[in-house]
Amino acid sequence: MQKLRFLAQKEFRHILRDPRSLVIVVVMPIMMTFLYGYAISLDVDNIVIGVIDYDRTDESQQLIDRFYNSAYFSKPDVNSESTDPETWLLSSEAKAVMIIKPGFAGSLRERSDFSLGMIVDGSDNTVAAAVQNYASAVVSKYALDQIPVGRDIPGITISTQVLYNPDLESSHFFVPGLVAIILMMISALLTSITIAREKETGTMEQLLTAPVTPVQIIIGKILPYVGLALLDGILVLVFAKIVFGVPFVGSYLLLLAFGLIYVSAALSIGILISSLVKTQQVAMMFALVTTLLPSVMLSGLVFAIRNMPPVLQGLAQIVPAKYFVTVIRGIMLKGAGLGTLALNGLALLLLMAFLMTVAARKFNTRID
Amino acid sequence: MNAGNAVVIDNLSRHFRSFKAVDRISLEVRTGETFGFLGANGAGKTTTIRMLCGLLSPTSGTGTVAGFDINRQAEEIKKSIGYMSQKFSLYPDLTGKENLSFYGAAYGLTRQEVRERTAELTDRLSLGDFIDRLTKSLPVGWRQRLALGVSLLHRPRILFLDEPTSGVDPVFRRKFWQILYELAEEGVTVFVTTHYMDEAEYCGRISIMHQGRIVEAGQPYELIRKHRSENLEELFIDLIKNRETLNAEA
Repeated sequence: MQKLRFLAQKEFRHILRDPRSLVIVVVMPIMMTFLYGYAISLDVDNIVIGVIDYDRTDESQQLIDRFYNSAYFSKPDVNSESTDPETWLLSSEAKAVMIIKPGFAGSLRERSDFSLGMIVDGSDNTVAAAVQNYASAVVSKYALDQIPVGRDIPGITISTQVLYNPDLESSHFFVPGLVAIILMMISALLTSITIAREKETGTMEQLLTAPVTPVQIIIGKILPYVGLALLDGILVLVFAKIVFGVPFVGSYLLLLAFGLIYVSAALSIGILISSLVKTQQVAMMFALVTTLLPSVMLSGLVFAIRNMPPVLQGLAQIVPAKYFVTVIRGIMLKGAGLGTLALNGLALLLLMAFLMTVAARKFNTRID
Repeated sequence: MNAGNAVVIDNLSRHFRSFKAVDRISLEVRTGETFGFLGANGAGKTTTIRMLCGLLSPTSGTGTVAGFDINRQAEEIKKSIGYMSQKFSLYPDLTGKENLSFYGAAYGLTRQEVRERTAELTDRLSLGDFIDRLTKSLPVGWRQRLALGVSLLHRPRILFLDEPTSGVDPVFRRKFWQILYELAEEGVTVFVTTHYMDEAEYCGRISIMHQGRIVEAGQPYELIRKHRSENLEELFIDLIKNRETLNAEA
């Protein structure tokens, strides 16, 4: 225990006495929050949309087919029988749910006005903004095709209700995901660099001639960074709240629990990298390529995974940030509970267990 | 310990891919001896020391340090040895005192022990106020003394020093060797590599390594007599020249 305390204390001194690491820890998160907070919106297609059809006529079925045959929309993987649109949105099975009320076919025939219901998940703001435009395009095209030329077209409107992020603020959508990126960066990047530095300067050689076990070295190394990562997470959240007014609806404790699993996975990656490389520079390159890039690109933070080529989609499944981005958005913006996030949690746990095992096996008390 | 030997090496080899850094060497170092391990750069001295300290695993061969098997009991060995690497390897962004107390904890010493021994070593190595400076700002000579201090903190029975005096001025070297003598008198086995032939003459016994092999071993003055050399330096150069001619003929 005393050895651990001294190992961790030494690590803290390294951090405090190295201005560069302080820059990474304090300035980078704030800078990134600004960048992502003001990020532009992006085009999307293949939006998963669920349909609750109360009309159950040929016409309503035709409209549904039109939706799924368009490039904009696709069917949910799970065909939920639920008539509560929110269950779909909470579990992220669909980004939007269309409700066709009874009388749709009738009003088409009588050419009377009709209103379709649309519930949209606003926590994914790029999608939410697109849903509305795409949906009206599909609906008006369908209505046009039904009515013989020269006749009046019935006014079919879509009444949209945006849940979770009613103002469609992009910062609300990006900032929670940013926490995922920053936790990954601090945990994987900084740990791999600090271990590589000990190898590079030769201090690891001296340390390994002392009777300390690999587990002690690893834990002593990562403890300060777990603390730092959590502090940074809080820093970003507070900053996001003050500057962008990003809400926090769900449970802090739940987020902390998920955060710890995620950080452990990220730290394992950092240790794994450091056991493969000999210099800080290579460690940094490795960490950027294997953690930061995938976390930004393949986590669904910026680009929708659904729109990627199959190879990248497969790759995204092993990116821890993919699950954590869903989790943190769910908790912060939708107030999602353990039940709806269980699958993501399980995936994170499995990834963490796998990475930890590999990292512990690879870490060697010899220098060869 | 087997028959008073601090270090026993039997047919020890270490290869890096096809390169034989250490090639079937055998030697014995008696407890309390000051043993000089000589050789040109790249002769395999550092690789040998690293194997003895449990930092590298041997490709083949066996050996014991303080009676413990280097292949299987590296953790036991670590408790009984002190090690000073060729390259300065203390934490540059910590002060001397912080380095000492960190390593004290790593060796499982109590705070009280660390405090006492830090005071004792500061005095013995004449570290003075330098102990409170960041080690990166220390002159080379003081760094080396501090590194020696760290390796002595847990009172090891065997000390492995890999070129401890390289880059240090003659006055410092003299002082450094005085300390090594004192340690030897206290019964500490000193296993030291060096480039400096005058230092080698201070050793009780030496071995000369060349291209992974031990080419000669014995007491310095006996070796000089045996090869009819003027001094150790000439002996060293002759031995290596001979080897190279042999290699060329083969």
